[in-house]
Amino acid sequence: MENLLNAFVLLSNFVLVPAIAYGSQLALGALGVTLIYAVLRFSNFAHGDLMALGTTAVILATWGLQAAGIGLGVLPTALLALPVGILAAAVLVLLTDRWVYRFYRRQRSDPVIFVIASVGVMFIYNALTRFVIGTDERRFEDGARFVIRAGDFREMTGLAEGLAIRTSQVITVVVMLVSVAFVFWFLQKTRTGKAMRAYSDNEDLALLSGINPDRVVLITWIIAAALATIAGTLYGLDKSFRPFTYFQLLLPIFAAAIVGGVGQPLGAIVGGFIIAFSEVMVTYAYKGFLGYLLPEAWQPEGLVQMLGTDYKFAVSFIILVVVLLVRPTGIFRGRVI
Amino acid sequence: MSPGLSLRTRGILLYLAMAALLLGVGFVQSWTVALTILNLCLISAVMSLGVNMQWGYAGLFNAGIMGFAALGGIGVVLTSMPPVRGALAAGGVNLGLAALFVILTVVAALVVRRRVPSYLRGPVGLLVVLAGYFLMRIFLDPASEAIEAIDPASAGYLGGLNLPVLLGWLVGGVFAAGAAWLVGKVSLGLRSDYLAIATLGIAEIILAILKNENWLTRGVKNVTGLPRPIPVERDLQTMPWIADLASRFGSDVITTAGIVSRLAYALLFTIVLLLILWLAERALHSPWGRMMRAIRDNRDAAEAMGKDVTRRHLHVFVLGSAVVGIAGAMLVTLDGQFTPGSYNPLRYTFLIWVMVIVGGSGNNWGAVLGGFLIWYVWVMAEPFGSSIMSTLTAGMTPGSFWQQHLVAAGPHIRFLLMGLILLLVLRFAPQGLIPERSARK
Repeated sequence: MENLLNAFVLLSNFVLVPAIAYGSQLALGALGVTLIYAVLRFSNFAHGDLMALGTTAVILATWGLQAAGIGLGVLPTALLALPVGILAAAVLVLLTDRWVYRFYRRQRSDPVIFVIASVGVMFIYNALTRFVIGTDERRFEDGARFVIRAGDFREMTGLAEGLAIRTSQVITVVVMLVSVAFVFWFLQKTRTGKAMRAYSDNEDLALLSGINPDRVVLITWIIAAALATIAGTLYGLDKSFRPFTYFQLLLPIFAAAIVGGVGQPLGAIVGGFIIAFSEVMVTYAYKGFLGYLLPEAWQPEGLVQMLGTDYKFAVSFIILVVVLLVRPTGIFRGRVI
Repeated sequence: MSPGLSLRTRGILLYLAMAALLLGVGFVQSWTVALTILNLCLISAVMSLGVNMQWGYAGLFNAGIMGFAALGGIGVVLTSMPPVRGALAAGGVNLGLAALFVILTVVAALVVRRRVPSYLRGPVGLLVVLAGYFLMRIFLDPASEAIEAIDPASAGYLGGLNLPVLLGWLVGGVFAAGAAWLVGKVSLGLRSDYLAIATLGIAEIILAILKNENWLTRGVKNVTGLPRPIPVERDLQTMPWIADLASRFGSDVITTAGIVSRLAYALLFTIVLLLILWLAERALHSPWGRMMRAIRDNRDAAEAMGKDVTRRHLHVFVLGSAVVGIAGAMLVTLDGQFTPGSYNPLRYTFLIWVMVIVGGSGNNWGAVLGGFLIWYVWVMAEPFGSSIMSTLTAGMTPGSFWQQHLVAAGPHIRFLLMGLILLLVLRFAPQGLIPERSARK
């Protein structure tokens, strides 16, 4: 019995808890990508760099608050700085839309032209991030680091394995739940949200019934910018802030959106968790876990790891390929053009 | 550009301007620098030609150029490096068995796909692939351990086949083509941007493999000292005719040897570029090229005429990627080393996109010009940005926060510049510098 508990705690510590946190971050990123897809109908390659830039603004505001001596006690100051980052990101994407995307929208350009434009935007966001904060790794986490420490957990339960839960992980999940609940409430219950869904379903019919397309696009960008900033900040708190890792997040985020069904908000959330859990589970070494469960004679010799952690992006890709082969519309039947 | 200029005159003028830019570097800075830039311009032009086949001929968005270029690089390593003694003896048998299991797994998966009823296909297929993977690992793990243990400081990998390096360029192209075939098979024929996302993914995976499978590629320990198609500069310096040439031009031996070696590379690259350009032009103006453009401009009509669009797309995607692979192989040959850590998507994927869009999508001469121009701007923008920043901050207190910050930002200006160039060209001159010739005008 104790072995079973130990095995479970070990798995929770290294797989469940990290995967839930990472999945929340991916879900928020994928939700932004999928909303942009639903309304503006293109895959935004600049989303990763938008996350980096939003996070940069949050970090700057955090430093300002820290210098002024304002904090949240056990919680990281970054939470307080979040609105500043969201505002900055929203202003940025609205200017981008005004100067870049609106022209192609009026021309009714091909989606791939939007994608190429988003590559140009990506270069510019990347440059801005480099200008403002540079290319070095930054840590901006403060407050209490742990909710439960591995040692305390061991003492508390008397088990051999410890379970550590970091503050950033709890915050990630809570903030994700609040943000997602807000977005779904907004989409389902408010007039503007309904207009967005109508516009996404059938642009011509929506225009016919008097929905203002500019307003729908504006709100979509603001929500996407907010989600990107939140996702980026949570990822930065949980791991660390390095501008280049945000570009690499693009692949798991896109994979999450496609697995869930492109343009489907619920699908993006589910997809985010599927990708995160697969990534963590496939790259985890099960030696210790099996050690608790299997009898002495069956103990594994190697690490029992399916793929090295260096290959974690391969997991998103493999899932992506399987979905493309088996069910190109994704789990929740997204759009196919 | 004045509208009265014919397309041909305009092209010639632009090429002359580009030549003037390069000559300018030669006169102002030095000929060694000018030739170094020229060589990378030539390689960029080949890469840009490859991407233009995919985008310009067929409208395919490839976001994984970096991966195909890196595959070209490993092609050179595996072809031209001398084999590591004892590596094959240490891990050869196990490697062979691992390869056997890969083949068996693929065959089994195909059998499952054909023979197993559809409701069981998913789970059975997954089981077969997983079993094959673990069986393969049983043999691959000891093989890689044994090979990496051989003289890890200088070898620790299989080495190559000791064949001529120019053959490696072809092999690099074949590697890239193979990867492109796999990706294309899966993602073509679906939504247009699925290909973009799938290629983005395959590029990351190719790089992950090249960085981590040390037994094959030495990973981040890099492979240095690749064989060169041209005598190394150090050997050139001792040759009497170089000394003779140096005294004739009133220069020193070291500079002359550098220039001669760079010129030789430039010649080699130019031959490849012209060859590929000639083939691409021939293809574009053949019935095949007209068909490709017909598919791009009106997919439905082409399909109604009985063209198998997905198949054609797969062909052109594989061909374009092969050209990118050849360019990647040329690049590592020029560097003389293969460094998987140095590939990054902005430089190796998206910069090439700027080249194609700026040059003129669909026009091969435009793509080549774009490759030259954008590489030139990219190289020149770094020192230029730094010097602008130091001029701007000249009045500030040295060492103050803003002064330091702005000076540090200087080298990053080129990213901003590339984004601006791409967006401005896409908006105001979507056809690029040398537009595609259309039959109707």
